[in-house]
Amino acid sequence: MKRAVPTLIAATVGFVLVIAFFIPATQSWGETAVVWFNILAGVAFILGGGNLVKVQLETISARRKGYGYAIVTLAAFFAMLAFGLLKIGVHPQAQYPLHPWAGPHDAPSSPFGWMYEYIFSPITATMFASLAFYVASAAFRAFRAKNVEAILLLGTAFLVLVGNTAIARITDALPESLAFLRLDSIVANLMTYLSTGAWRAITIGIAIGVAATSLRVLLGIDRPYLGRT
Amino acid sequence: MLKFLEQLDRRVAFLLMGLAVAIPILFPLPLSYKPSPLAQSAFDAIDRLPDGSKVVFSFDYDPASSGELQPMSNALVYHCARKRHKLYFMALWAPGKTICTETIATVLLKYRPDAAYGEDYVELGYQSGNEGVIKIAATDLRQQYKTDIKGTPLEAIPMMEGVNNLQAMDLLITISAGYPGSKEWVQYFSTPFPRTRMITGTTGVQSVSLYPYIPNQIAGMLGAIKGAAEYETIVNEQYPVNGKPVPELGEGQRRMGPQLVAHMLMVSLILLGNAIFFMQRKARREGRR
Amino acid sequence: MSRSTMVWLVVFLLGAAGLATNLVVRPKGFGLAYVHDEPVRRVEVTVGPPIGADANEPTETKWVEAGGPELDRPNVSRTTTPEVSWIEESQVTPAKAWDEMQGDPSYRLSLKHTLGIWVAAFFTLAVLSFLWRDNPVYKFAESVIVGVSAAYWMLNAFWATLVPNLIQPLFPKFVQSWAMPGTTGEASDFWFVTLVPLTFAVMLLLRLSPKGGWIAAWPLAFVIGTTAGMKLVSHVQADFLSMLSGSVLPLYATDAQGRFELGTSIGNFVLIVGLLSVLTYFFFSVEHRGTIGKFARLGVWFLMVSFGAAFAFTVMGRITLLSERLEFLFSDWLWLIDPKGAHTAMGLLFSIR
Repeated sequence: MKRAVPTLIAATVGFVLVIAFFIPATQSWGETAVVWFNILAGVAFILGGGNLVKVQLETISARRKGYGYAIVTLAAFFAMLAFGLLKIGVHPQAQYPLHPWAGPHDAPSSPFGWMYEYIFSPITATMFASLAFYVASAAFRAFRAKNVEAILLLGTAFLVLVGNTAIARITDALPESLAFLRLDSIVANLMTYLSTGAWRAITIGIAIGVAATSLRVLLGIDRPYLGRT
Repeated sequence: MLKFLEQLDRRVAFLLMGLAVAIPILFPLPLSYKPSPLAQSAFDAIDRLPDGSKVVFSFDYDPASSGELQPMSNALVYHCARKRHKLYFMALWAPGKTICTETIATVLLKYRPDAAYGEDYVELGYQSGNEGVIKIAATDLRQQYKTDIKGTPLEAIPMMEGVNNLQAMDLLITISAGYPGSKEWVQYFSTPFPRTRMITGTTGVQSVSLYPYIPNQIAGMLGAIKGAAEYETIVNEQYPVNGKPVPELGEGQRRMGPQLVAHMLMVSLILLGNAIFFMQRKARREGRR
Repeated sequence: MSRSTMVWLVVFLLGAAGLATNLVVRPKGFGLAYVHDEPVRRVEVTVGPPIGADANEPTETKWVEAGGPELDRPNVSRTTTPEVSWIEESQVTPAKAWDEMQGDPSYRLSLKHTLGIWVAAFFTLAVLSFLWRDNPVYKFAESVIVGVSAAYWMLNAFWATLVPNLIQPLFPKFVQSWAMPGTTGEASDFWFVTLVPLTFAVMLLLRLSPKGGWIAAWPLAFVIGTTAGMKLVSHVQADFLSMLSGSVLPLYATDAQGRFELGTSIGNFVLIVGLLSVLTYFFFSVEHRGTIGKFARLGVWFLMVSFGAAFAFTVMGRITLLSERLEFLFSDWLWLIDPKGAHTAMGLLFSIR
């Protein structure tokens, strides 16, 4: 029961989706499955939130190192949750003025919108932006032209780095007959032909891998949903 | 000297990078751009459609990638507004919905103040499910989207009449920061339903992996900030306001200044790093003798 | 005093001095946010059939703007429901606010948003402080974002997908009276089908309980099965077949007029060689020796070229994100620059442009 039912569910729904693609009459079966899938994707976020609370509470109750930060995380989580769930400071939609609960939970003037704009936005954006510093450090310390492969990698990176800037326009001075030597057309050709050939092979390789893995799931050979139990 | 360079703190590289980006922001450089064929084909895909065509515009990114992608969204929405296309906005990323509403306020309504909600544009908003949302929207939109973001049922929205799925669209535009995004749109929509052409704006990180789909599965692409700057240039030339560039369409070009200086820094750091490497190797060889 | 404390002290003092100078050279201040208050007044009306039309046509009840043009139409009349009004606040640029503020009190300085800009600046600097080394301020920002983003995604999924697609079909009347007044409130013929995802949802949430974990395997099997079914078809179609057919390119390429195009022909040849050699490198069933080995090595070179390009594009992306952040600090917070024409004319330091 613990193993057979999940295997059956996975195989059935998987094959329904494959069949729905080929037989138009069964398309609506596939659609129903996908609608449920999207609902469960939403539930997964709730599971994620629940799990976060669980882990943080464990950290706090065990007084593990850094449990103070766990308190901060929980406070931030519950503040955001309360603002958004109770729609605090949200006005109704103009066409339904008697339904305050129908207003947008993320209105910019609400506390939820405020936390999105001034906490969520700047922190995530700066975290991504900090990587610019690490690539600079990596460029200095890690990129060494040790062999042919490394030289090719560095050489291409070099060309594309320079070719993508405004400075590449210096080569616009080259006559029309030598237009293919202009930096921007070198980069364009490099991207369109050289790099694309390789990347198509990678894409094909991944596609075969994904198709094989999916088939193994549908046939019940791989059962990742059973976990370690 | 060699010893000093070898032991250079990584924070020196950090500082240099910070300055390389900060200085050109404080003192902007006057630069100009030549549109690449890819940006031009994205422009043509929108421009050659008859005015008032149906365009689905998906905001598949969050504030973390706005620096790269927002200039594209602004320029593309502006271009669609000037072409008076009917815009169906949606989002595979939750923050995309908020960013979409802001873009409508700052660009669409400013340059097309007569645009009526529900007739010229509609915001369908975010739905969870990633590629599942694309899959269902491609064949039966209303199973997923019951109402727009204002709570109006789709049946009551004039421009949704006859639109049961995305196959009714003439063009798909997706601005994408990763998963789910351009790749999933290609896999679940533009490949199985090739009538609707697709153009995409994308971050530098995933640009290279999207080239393989050009030109059959993706008609045009704006890759990273350079793509954004190029698109701004084309649109500002073709659709200026009172003969002048559009103020909202300068963000991409502005960021090309820091990009230039920082790229030059990267090139210098790689060169310097390698010079040290070869000097060390030489010293080691001499030492062995 | 340790070296680290010293560095922080110097940074803080410099920062404080900078802020103080900025305040002196900028009489209108900086890091301020302004809003515009707009009253929203809604009245309920009944809309009858247009004059001259069949009088038996149904009337419609809806809400319109008080004092709006719709109220003047002959077939529109107000109901007895009292007017509902509230104030909608929207952010405006400081420049716009200063222009309008003189005679119009609905433009005002917003403490909430001003505080927001300073909080955003604080968090931006807090994350950047990690570049020096890990520190409590960074850890604080990190803890905050973990909590905030978990709740953010959870609520968006709840309001956008779960309410309309899970709760509404099961409790249409309740949802209509609560969060979705636009819906009819009537159950569909197949409402009971939604019990399946509801059951799965409950089972999935049981993963949180210490004992019921195994039951979550059912919904997980559903999710993984659906993913596999979707991916199997899409990857084969979009990433395998289309990719192959897209790579069947002419080695003797011609333009629209039928003239030979050398550049495209060479390009196509290179693309095909790249594709085949990389595929050969990925093909492990044959030993990479002799000609095949050399061809596979060529594949590695192609891969290196594409990785180099990917690296360069990634660098470009990260630098752009950094410039967006610095632009926020310099423009929205410190008002040192004003690329969007949003606030003061330049201060003393950066007046030359």
